[in-house]
This record gives sequence, C-alpha cells and structure tokens, in this order.
Amino acid sequence: MAAEIIVEVTKAFPGRKPIRASFRYPVEASTVLILFGPSGSGKTTVLRSVAGLEWPEEGTIQFVSRVWLDTGSRIKVPPQDRHIGYMAQDYALFPNYSVAGNIAYGLGELTLAERQKRVQEMVELFHLTGLEDAKPRELSGGQQQRVALARAVAPRPQLLLLDEPLSALDAPTRAQLRGELRGLLKQLALPSIIVTHDWAEALTLGDVMAVMHEGAILQVGAPQEVFSRPANADVARVVGVETVVQGMLIEAREGLATVRVGEISLTAVAVENVGSDVFVCIRAEDVTLEPAGAGLTSARNHLLGTVSAITSLGALARVTVECGFPLVAVITRSALTELGLTVGASVRASFKAGSVHLISRQ
Amino acid sequence: MNWIAIWVTFKLASLTAAALLVIGLPIAYWLAYSNWRWKFVVESIVALPLVLPPTVLGFYILVAIGPHSPIGRFYTELVGHPLPFTFEGLLLASILYSLPFAVQPFATAFEQVDRKLIEASWTLGLSKVRTFVKLILPLSTAGLITGAVLSFAHTLGEFGVVLMVGGNIEGVTRTVSIDIYDEVQALNYAGAAKTAAFLLVISYFVLLLVYAMNRKVWAVWPQK
Repeated sequence: MAAEIIVEVTKAFPGRKPIRASFRYPVEASTVLILFGPSGSGKTTVLRSVAGLEWPEEGTIQFVSRVWLDTGSRIKVPPQDRHIGYMAQDYALFPNYSVAGNIAYGLGELTLAERQKRVQEMVELFHLTGLEDAKPRELSGGQQQRVALARAVAPRPQLLLLDEPLSALDAPTRAQLRGELRGLLKQLALPSIIVTHDWAEALTLGDVMAVMHEGAILQVGAPQEVFSRPANADVARVVGVETVVQGMLIEAREGLATVRVGEISLTAVAVENVGSDVFVCIRAEDVTLEPAGAGLTSARNHLLGTVSAITSLGALARVTVECGFPLVAVITRSALTELGLTVGASVRASFKAGSVHLISRQ
Repeated sequence: MNWIAIWVTFKLASLTAAALLVIGLPIAYWLAYSNWRWKFVVESIVALPLVLPPTVLGFYILVAIGPHSPIGRFYTELVGHPLPFTFEGLLLASILYSLPFAVQPFATAFEQVDRKLIEASWTLGLSKVRTFVKLILPLSTAGLITGAVLSFAHTLGEFGVVLMVGGNIEGVTRTVSIDIYDEVQALNYAGAAKTAAFLLVISYFVLLLVYAMNRKVWAVWPQK
C-alpha cells in the first residue's frame, strides 16, 4: 500500500452547512498540502480533526498505516498519540516559558543532554540565537511565528499542521516570511498540511492544493493547475485568480519589473525578494478586452491574441485568450456581444502593471 | 490575649488551607473543564456553604460524624475515639465550610487559561495530567494563592461551625472567635477588644494581599 493520508469526515454545526470533507493523497517526505478556502469554509475544522482537537461525528482519518479516527469501530486516537506538529493561527506560545522553554516543552522524553542539543539545533535552524531566554511577549510577530514553528517541529513529528501560519503578521513581514517558510519546509522534509485563504501563500508553499467551500472539497490538484484551470465556477470564485503561468524575471528597474513568459514580455510592479523563477498571476477581472485595432489605453500590458474559449457565468462570461499563454478575462455578457467575440476572433487584452502579481518559487 | 486560642486558630486555618489546596484542585479542574450537562448540580453543592447558616452546616456535619451515623462509627472503630469535639472533626468541618472559597478561585483561574495553549500542549504529546502540572498550574498561581488565602482567612473567622462541631475545649477546639464571645459573656471587654483588634488586623492584611494579587501588582501574568 502506498503511504497515503485519507480524510473522510462529517461534522455538523448548529445553523450552518455541515462539513463533509473527503480527500486522500500520497504522502511523501516533503509534500505540502494546502487547504484553501474562504473563512467559514471548514478548512480549520478539517485541520483540527486531523490534529485530534476536534471530533467529527462520522468518518475516518488515516495517516500512512495508522488509523487515527474511525467512528464505525470507535477508534479515537487522542492528539498526544498522533505525533504531529500543530501550529495554531495565533501561535499559542506558552507565556510562562522562555523561547528555549517553549521549544523544549514537547521534548520531555529525551534526556537532558539530548533535549539541550535539540533546542540548540532548533534555535539555529530558526534563527533565534540570542533570544533563548526571552519570553514570548518580548518577541516580534515574525519571531513568535518562528518559535511556534520550532516548538512544533522540535519533537520530530511525522506530520506538520499549520493553521494560517502567516495571517497574524503585517503584510510586509508576511511577504518576507512566505519565502522563508517555504525554505524551512523543504529543509525539514516533513509532510505538511497548511490552511490558508491567501493565494500567494498557496502558490509559494503548496505542492498539492485542496479547495474548500461551504464544508466541501471542490477540487484537489497542483496549485498552479487549480488556479489556472478551476474545475467549475465555484472554484474559480473561491480561488479568485485565473491566470497563473511560469515566467522569468528579466530585470527590475525604477520600480518596474520585466518578466518573460515564453515569447511574451510583461511589465509588472517590482517586488522585493523575488528570485528569477516566478509565477505570474493575473486576476481575470483585472483584464480588459478591446477590439484588435482600438487605440491604446494607459495600461502597460497590451497583448494581441485569439479567443480560444468562452464560458458563460450568468451575467458574466469567462473568456480565454491565447496570446502566447492562455490569459483569462471575465467580462459582462453585454461587452461580449458588443465586441462580437466568438471563438477564433482576434482581440487585444490589456492589464495594468499593478495587476501582474509575481510569486517567487525557488 | 488568649495565645492558646490564637495558636489553635492559626493551626486550624493553615491546615484547612493546605488541605483545600490538595482537595480543591481536582474538584476545580473538573468544574472548569467538564462538559457534563448536570455540572451545575455539583457547582451548587460546592457553593452551598456560602449561603447556608454555619449552624445548619455544623449541625449536619455533627450528625454525619456522630456515633449514630455509619461514618462516625467507622471512624471510632478505626481510631478508637469519636470524631465530634476533637481537632480533627473541627478540621473536617472547616474544610467543608471553606470549600467554595478555595474551589471557586481555582476554577476561575483554570478557566482563564487559553484553551489554545492547552491544545498546543496536547499536540506536543503531554497528557492531560502533565499539561495540568506543567502549564495550567503555573498559569494559575494567582488564583491558587487567592483560594488558599481566602480559605485561610475564612477559617480564621468561623464561629458557628466551630461551636457546633468543635465544642469549646481550651487548647483543642477553642478558636479566637469563640474566645472573644466568651470574654464578652464574662464582661471582660478589655480582653475581647485586644483579641478582636488582633483578628481585625490579621484579616485586613490577608485581604490586602489577595486584592493586591488580583490587581496584578506583583503577579507575572500573560499580556493578552
């Protein structure tokens, strides 16, 4: 049997749609699963069920060869016996313990010498040197996050569960720590499940992504796949970004960056700490379509292409334009009629430099 | 001043507070974390001594430990003498009488420990008991001290229960409050005044300590 994680759970909440989540995927050393969805979609409940902190009324949870939950045969493994690392959204650092004390907290089974060695390893790995004796309230948000992660991985868990790991941070810190977290997860080589509602986080950190909406899992796939080819309108609405392509950062000058996607050059607003390999993300609603011969607008990016697909979304229509890469635009049905767009028609797509989001993926 | 009565009173109050620190913890833990729907029944029983006249409580305890009850007979067989009108009997009554003064601050302190911290401890592999010892107790020190000090202070001033269960035996069960009553009965107002002032000052300082703790004057407490 291949090493797999299997989750099939049902949990009811008064006054809300019950959560019926079911997914399975092969576990490899460093697979990061993203549970993606808006708040209230049930992703945290699923994560907490895997952690053993929440008990679904019905279902099974299996990790590799171990059954953690099977309501049919009354198997309920408590969180203590699951050997997981869990990090809550606000980190839940123990206020009465120092940084070193927090990291050492779950290492009670080691000898004193081993414990000190492990704490030292963690302090170095998570760049906490010099802060060993500090109390959590003396730390910055980013430092608290690193301590919480260090505490969770110190006992060498077999699975790491992170609930919105970056959401408690301010935006600049979040962008910086996103890349750092990816590096750490790869270095730790631990299978992980990360809950997030931030598509940049999903693209940066994830290997597999499950989209949740109203308690159900709508689509499971590689993040780039899910973003650029949402299975249905619900998924498209939940993920919000429809064009995700790989690109190369050519140069960044005077606040603007030039990115190559295949043969096409795009202008984006430059961001710090981005390597040369990037995901180029464009929201469908940021793309405008005009007749091929119309005068240019102030937008920095104009791409000529042909319409390759049109899907109706009620009052709106989703138009895919082949312009060197598939670019998705969402326009109103009346605009569609005015432009006289059909599959095969020529059209010009425009979008501002600020609508091109670059996500580093090293 | 009757130093023997003061000694008996302090011995009784210290032992009561110490005993409640041990007995009160599991009760408070259960009250703080149990999801049992009939929990309020137990909560009400624990709170009974707050509203019951001490004489009523004392009366029932006296009956319960007296020679006509199974508990009383069992104790007499075990130890060789009956429980009423002894220091041990008085201690038992004091523990019951001060139970809410210890259990309620303990339970409140436990409830105030963030649930997320407890869950973090569980996921790090610590059993419920080890989580209690390593996390919940250290985070509840202010509540523990409050409970211990309040039950100590409450025992210092008890009168009705002592009279019912302890009798009034010099050096064994005569406490300060009874001594003051006796002095007044004997029209020795000067003696009563001295002992009363002593009790007043002690009680005030004990409460001063409790309120200062709860104002977090010294207490190290997590900043929320």
